[in-house]
Amino acid sequence: MTSDRTPRILGAILVVLLAAGPFVPQWAIFLITIALAKGLVVLGLLILLRCGLVSFGQALYYCIGAYTAGMLGRLFEVDGVLTLMLAGMVVAAVTAYVLGFLLARYRGIFFGLLSLAVSMILYGLLVKSETLGSSDGFNVLPSTLFGIRPADEWVRYAVLVVASVVAFVAALLVHRYLKTPLGSLAPAIKDNEIRVEYMGASARYAIHVNYVIAAALAGLGGGLAATTVGHIDPEMAYWTTSGEFIFITILAGTGSVIAPFLGALIFGIIQTVAFDISPNTWQMVLGGALLAVIVFLPTGLWSLFRRRRAT
Amino acid sequence: MQGIRKLIASAAALLCVPALAIAQDAPIKIGVVSFLSGPAAGPFGVPARNAAEIMFEMINAGKVPAPYATKGLGGAKMQMSLVDESGGTTTQVTEFRNLVQRDNVDLVIGYISSGSCLGIAPVAEELKKLTVFFDCGTPRIFEERDYKYVFRTASTATMDSVGAALYVKDLKPNAKMIAGVNQNYAWGQDSWGDFELAMQQIIPGIKVATSQMPKLFAGQYNAEISTLLSSKADVIHSSFWDGDLEAFILQAGPRGLFKRSTVILTTGETAMYKLAAKIPDGVVIGARGPYGPYAPDNELNKWFSATFEDRYGVPPNYAAYQMAQAILGTKAAWEKAQAANGGKRPSQDQVIAAFENLTFVSPAGEVKMTNGKGHQAITGTAYGVTKKVGGKMTIDKIKRYPAEKVNPPDGVKAADWIKSGFKK
Repeated sequence: MTSDRTPRILGAILVVLLAAGPFVPQWAIFLITIALAKGLVVLGLLILLRCGLVSFGQALYYCIGAYTAGMLGRLFEVDGVLTLMLAGMVVAAVTAYVLGFLLARYRGIFFGLLSLAVSMILYGLLVKSETLGSSDGFNVLPSTLFGIRPADEWVRYAVLVVASVVAFVAALLVHRYLKTPLGSLAPAIKDNEIRVEYMGASARYAIHVNYVIAAALAGLGGGLAATTVGHIDPEMAYWTTSGEFIFITILAGTGSVIAPFLGALIFGIIQTVAFDISPNTWQMVLGGALLAVIVFLPTGLWSLFRRRRAT
Repeated sequence: MQGIRKLIASAAALLCVPALAIAQDAPIKIGVVSFLSGPAAGPFGVPARNAAEIMFEMINAGKVPAPYATKGLGGAKMQMSLVDESGGTTTQVTEFRNLVQRDNVDLVIGYISSGSCLGIAPVAEELKKLTVFFDCGTPRIFEERDYKYVFRTASTATMDSVGAALYVKDLKPNAKMIAGVNQNYAWGQDSWGDFELAMQQIIPGIKVATSQMPKLFAGQYNAEISTLLSSKADVIHSSFWDGDLEAFILQAGPRGLFKRSTVILTTGETAMYKLAAKIPDGVVIGARGPYGPYAPDNELNKWFSATFEDRYGVPPNYAAYQMAQAILGTKAAWEKAQAANGGKRPSQDQVIAAFENLTFVSPAGEVKMTNGKGHQAITGTAYGVTKKVGGKMTIDKIKRYPAEKVNPPDGVKAADWIKSGFKK
């Protein structure tokens, strides 16, 4: 295994992002920040996918993270960006811990549809709640970093710094986790769950833990997205949002913890280029890209790097 | 490929733009955002885009009747960057930033969904870019905050509900009971909320028989129609649109709902030609303002509706009118600013100063930017009932309501204004 290089590659990407940030145009900084937020959610999906589980409802935790950040600002005027993101993460993780008792019993399509159902319940509740702006949502307070709000032209860069550092730490921790005994159980569960149980490990416990970690990452991503975009609405919990995360997961592949962020960035670039060159048929460009990846790179974009390394 | 080239080009452009003096007749880049896909594309987005295409082409050619006969915006050609409004708020905020910071547009005209408008407004303010909303209805935008760079050239949805309530009083002064069927999301909830409040003020003591709130795009309304039929309400209010509206008309017609109660369809105008054969006489049709069949009989409107119908084969609906209105409002503000600037190309701040509290004419008549500290338009509205003449759909019993009667005064929240009994 050559993946021990991962921490160094992650560190190098972080340094490049932080150093290049001031020279990157503002719109591109925004694109990268959103890619990091979505990458965090996809990182969680990667953990689940390694267990052979596809969650069609990860938007639930993304939305919980975003609404936690939004509500803290709205009700208690909390505006520290790190506090908001961590709060989003904790609320998402606690919710996942409770729901995990139910969901960790299911596999395959049952797990997928049950997770979808739960996220649609949240969507339904939010759309019915007129005090939260119903389907229109509401604006999130402009956030601060350690009580300071940077000057206008540096706000985007500051958000990028926070997002990059958070994503770096998250990716590094997940990378470490996947090497622990519990983390490395995932592919075994995917291959043969009965054998895992015979070895004396609890598949349900491992899945429960992975589910909570995935939710925490999605909540973190949601909190980051809310403070970056500045507006939240129930569509964040809608099934199309979950679909987008799955799309990115397939696009990226599950080969490395770097893949989700790369996938999210490439997804963002394809989408924005498609919007630009064919405003009337951008979905077709996006769909074509996914088809091309599935046909030519069945294990995702990450396999490009794998192959090169092998030769 | 193009994306990478663009990335490099914009990075380079970002460094040199301030150094370049802007030529007097350099084209004015305008981002136009409208639904080009999804359920809102058919009834609103595509007609609005079509209107934008006609208006850009005709204004650049100098073919629009007075007072807009000059070419372009003060002589400079308008150039359109078209963006789809679908994909959610995150995508919309991303694309708005791309328009402003990558494509360097001079201004943005667009947005149909209230969610998009609420999400975009603070970003427009952050990026200091003139942004004109043309259709979205929520009054929250200028109620929650003051904006310098954001304008809206159409009235809020409050006007539609208050106008509908006034029309009920004119059409059926003895109405005792009302009912509603609206989609359970922000638009449906707000439309019904304002209508119910306004009815209670206009006909005190009126009862609400039932308020049905099926979910958005449900498609099947037989249970709701049964409840409405048995409620025996005199008036039924609905803000349904597109597919839901069509499904409702098709399902409610055969069961005699339109015969038993007077039905108000506040956005009915978008479906009235398509479903002419299915809509019986006597249904109250709204167009979210004096648009379409309610537009005044003036030169500008005759020109606009004829040009639109000539090219696209259908009359322009209210979304098309609202788009034309936003473009003409921008043109009026731009040229007023240019005149004040001694005929030289105005700066953005000068255009904004000219736009505030501006009164201009559109194919729908006079538009006054009096609310939201001069950033929110008010217009009059009109309602009427369907009447088929020789198989052709027409509107009868048209009643017009002046802008001040159906819009709150500046600085007063819509709900407070209705509750106060429409105090001036």
